[in-house]
Amino acid sequence: MSAALLVAGLGLGGGGAAAGAVLPARARVPGAAVLTGAACVVACAAAAGVLTSGKPVTVHSAEILPLTGVTLSLDPLGAVFVLTTALVGAAVSCYAAGYPARSMKSRPAAGLLPLFITSLLLVPAAASIATFMAAWELMALSSLLLLLTGHRRREARDAAQWYAVMTHAGAAAILLAFVLMGAHAGGQSFAAIRAYAGGLPPTVRSLAFLLALAGFASKAGAVPVHVWLPRAHPEAPGPVSALMSGAMVNLGIYGIIRTGEVLLGGGELWWWLMVAGIGVVSALFGALHAAASSDLKRLLAYSTVDNMGLVLIGVGASGALAVTRHDALAALAMVAALFQMMNHAAFKGCLFLGAGSVQHAAGTRDLDQLGGLLRRLPATAALFGVAALSICALPPFSGFASEWLLVQGLLRGFSAHSAATAAALLAGVAALALTGGLTAAAFVKAFGIGFLGQPRTPAAAAADEAAPAMVAGMALLAVPCVVLGVIPGVVMPLLARAAGTALGGPPPDPVRAGTGLGLAGSTDVIEPALLALLLTAGLALAWALARIRTRARARRAEAWGCGRELQTARMQYTATSFAEPLQRVFEDVLRPDRDLDVSHLAESRYFEDALRYHSRIDDAVERGWYRPLISLAGRWGEVARRAQNGSMHRYLAYGFAALIVILVVLA
Amino acid sequence: MITSSTVQWLPPLRSLFARPVTERLPPPPVPRSAARFPGSVQLRHVGAGSCNGCELEIASAFGPVYDAERYGARLVASPRHADGVLVTGVVTRNMAVPLSKTLDAVPAPKVVVACGDCALGGGPFAGGYGVADGAGPLEEPDVAIPGCPPGPVAIAQALRGLTGR
Amino acid sequence: MTASPLAAAGVSVIQLGAAVTGGPLLFGLMAKVRARAEGRSGAPIRQPLLDLRKLAGKEHIHGGHSSVVLPLAPLVLVASTAAAVAIAPLISTRPALGRTSDALVVVFLLLLGSVAVALAGLDTGTAFGGMGASRAMTIGALAEPALLVAVLALSIQAGTSNLPRLVSATLAHPQWAASPERLLALLALVIVVFAEAGRIPVDNPSTHLELTMIHEAMVLEYAGPELALVTLGEAMRLGLLLSLVANLFFPWGIAATGSVLWLAVGLAVLAAKTAALAGVIAFLEVSMAKLRLFRVPEILSAAFVLAVLAVITGLAVTP
Repeated sequence: MSAALLVAGLGLGGGGAAAGAVLPARARVPGAAVLTGAACVVACAAAAGVLTSGKPVTVHSAEILPLTGVTLSLDPLGAVFVLTTALVGAAVSCYAAGYPARSMKSRPAAGLLPLFITSLLLVPAAASIATFMAAWELMALSSLLLLLTGHRRREARDAAQWYAVMTHAGAAAILLAFVLMGAHAGGQSFAAIRAYAGGLPPTVRSLAFLLALAGFASKAGAVPVHVWLPRAHPEAPGPVSALMSGAMVNLGIYGIIRTGEVLLGGGELWWWLMVAGIGVVSALFGALHAAASSDLKRLLAYSTVDNMGLVLIGVGASGALAVTRHDALAALAMVAALFQMMNHAAFKGCLFLGAGSVQHAAGTRDLDQLGGLLRRLPATAALFGVAALSICALPPFSGFASEWLLVQGLLRGFSAHSAATAAALLAGVAALALTGGLTAAAFVKAFGIGFLGQPRTPAAAAADEAAPAMVAGMALLAVPCVVLGVIPGVVMPLLARAAGTALGGPPPDPVRAGTGLGLAGSTDVIEPALLALLLTAGLALAWALARIRTRARARRAEAWGCGRELQTARMQYTATSFAEPLQRVFEDVLRPDRDLDVSHLAESRYFEDALRYHSRIDDAVERGWYRPLISLAGRWGEVARRAQNGSMHRYLAYGFAALIVILVVLA
Repeated sequence: MITSSTVQWLPPLRSLFARPVTERLPPPPVPRSAARFPGSVQLRHVGAGSCNGCELEIASAFGPVYDAERYGARLVASPRHADGVLVTGVVTRNMAVPLSKTLDAVPAPKVVVACGDCALGGGPFAGGYGVADGAGPLEEPDVAIPGCPPGPVAIAQALRGLTGR
Repeated sequence: MTASPLAAAGVSVIQLGAAVTGGPLLFGLMAKVRARAEGRSGAPIRQPLLDLRKLAGKEHIHGGHSSVVLPLAPLVLVASTAAAVAIAPLISTRPALGRTSDALVVVFLLLLGSVAVALAGLDTGTAFGGMGASRAMTIGALAEPALLVAVLALSIQAGTSNLPRLVSATLAHPQWAASPERLLALLALVIVVFAEAGRIPVDNPSTHLELTMIHEAMVLEYAGPELALVTLGEAMRLGLLLSLVANLFFPWGIAATGSVLWLAVGLAVLAAKTAALAGVIAFLEVSMAKLRLFRVPEILSAAFVLAVLAVITGLAVTP
């Protein structure tokens, strides 16, 4: 049943792509949206079926891909990712149906979006190297082409270039890893590789894991291979960036878990400690850059790096605990990581969709030019606010529930009595604490400067509310932020099955099902639903307290500005000034680029005509590692060009010398 | 940051256990039941072109010797937090609009306390070229504290008239 | 640790009532200690309660271009702080929803309050509000981690992050009170309390100079009953922080059973402990000068490092 649903879902997705490419202008986007939405719903049902029954389903077809055929297998681990992707995909399809940008209404764009969503659904279900790589490449190419719908802008072309190079370098690394594993296993299906996992020599295993980690970590946005993310996610159109941050980065995590745990059967301790270490660095780096960024979508992109870092901490902790045979603790950490991944998909998707609405309504995504949007776009702002509260891990939203579970998973792991693991867990706890504060600062900035106060430019003052379909898409993602925060117990059994599949062994039950969130083997339970009730009662009590002695309506008065006669919107704090104290504290890491241009009057050098101040915060890793590498590659290219001077005689000499060398070597 | 010598700790420590230097004042001019803000009043001070003589006396009124805070009166930073404005100085042309904006920002019920002869329309600067025409909110102050400058006792007693303590 | 829900609810109601009246009284006590140290007689200790009552009768004003966030924020602040007060182990180790009374829950409820007030500051659309919000979030970004890690250091020692069980565990093992990780965590928490409660040397709550304000600047636009709610929320927050510091490190006196006598004793002991802590804080405030804003992250980073050291010491010492 689930197998049929899965195939039907993928087929509907393909149909959506065809609809988008073929139908005439008016019917194109809605038709594609309806079919893609249906595909997501069907895939969701398939995934739910696999998760509730706990049994994987397999579909094999020898026709679609030549030589290798297509093998799909949906096990509980993949099903969690399919479920998450389907939710985000459905919301994005609904949003895209109403998205007014011309660039997304063309035939290529309307056909590629459903194709992108279908490939995202395909990757977790792929069960052979060929299927996986085909789906992976499809995902990369369709998202690249969707990114290029903005090709008239130079930043979009730059971003596409970075994205293309890094995603293909990653794909090459992944392919190499798979080939290493598959060559030794003698077959290219995941089942064969897993069966042979024990027989791989340790060096080959470690090499394969490192290659796979490099590729998948790049897709997930882990430092230091994340540099494409803050460029590509902001430049992509609204629905595409929501999919990239809400669904595509998860597949990097999926790849790491699938390769390390399932295909390679658990691996070594140092692998997982490295994963956790990468997670710690990514979390801190992403949170810091998000707090310092004044471009709304770049802020959200860095926040994705941060959250994926947190998930990697959980995955690394889980792997390390599994290697040292603490299976219950490992299951708990894995469940926490998967829950964080799921919640991130919901709130980040909602945030990116909101940013897309804002960008289209106000014409810019620079927070320094926004403001007062709560009055102009009330529904979008309210949903953005819910998602922002959730990402700050504030009770009673879903971000808090997953943060609690992650901290508990790390704390319990301290009892594992291993110095290396304890150090990794300590770093993880410290990172969680630090990123919590920085994320709160970043999102108070994003919501407060972008939506509250007065509009800073006429464009922001003239912004209009988004189309109902767009608001509905956001609402579809905001609902899990609230529901999973108040009754997180609904997904716990599903995540436990996925963790069981990932770690092998009997299905664990690390989180006790029920309305509360409790840990097996301990009396630590929290009841978010009751907490939510308590907060609501508190709100009512406070409201009543404020009306004890006076019941009159509020008077609207001029803002207090020390009696100043003129108060303008430009006197408000901007995002740059909001982040300035934090930027000063972390100046050594961020190293902002500051430039002051002074032009003087022609008549006298003592009088200034104009002052222009530029401040930019570049990605620290890109500035410190990539730019030197790129300039090194450029210089090497220049040097190598000297060998290519156009002289035919020299080229013939090269050929002759090479022939001599080969003859000598072969002899 | 942490003090490196005990000299900064000892005087406050000694004062903490010693009798305060605050003087006793005669009873309030208005009983509690008739006070406009019984027990607690906050005022926002606005210097509308004063010579700072009244400011010095107000500072003294809130200082250790006369301590108007023990009667529930306090100076606050924002007029929104206040019950009224405590105005010193003859209202100059530049301060006329800010003064009326400050008073407008105060939530009802509000009072205007005019401190010093200048605020009451007299004083050495009355009729000067920089003085605003008409006293604006000071036409009918709720509390008047005459004097040039009024002593701290007079100021404290006037504030006690508002709190009834 | 089964207690009848009614008794637990009663405990929470008493704790809430104590916080609502006791928080402002703590403010008054701190003002009194400060006044006496300056040689003045100072306002009576109950003065903040009189101020709140007067504010409740004043006019509501919504200034400038503010939206629904401005009136909503004080409600969220009071609700979140009240929820934290209701579930935290202040008078008794059996408050209502005792199982939900987790270190993370309390810390993030306090963060919810801070975020609400910061958003209100930005909603006013003035320069002051933005400045206050920016500074408050910067300090919060560095103080929250130290608070969280310090409390987690205690959780690792006791094996649970549930606050009532943490307190019970400390009661059962008195020798923990002098352990090195406790002392390091205490030092970190004391620094964090100064930051979270907005006292000198981090922030001067009674300053009139807007450029030196941090918390005051965010609430400059509030009037009347909403200002009363914000002040009450801040007072409850101070009471909660001081009570938690007192009960996590010196829990003796807290009621471990549900009997009314023990609850009364618990209330009295809590009042004494928080009054003592408040007095010490007020005296330290008088003896120190406020730090300039860009020095504050240095002491907060020091607090964070101390908290991490507390965790490491705990891990190294535990067999």
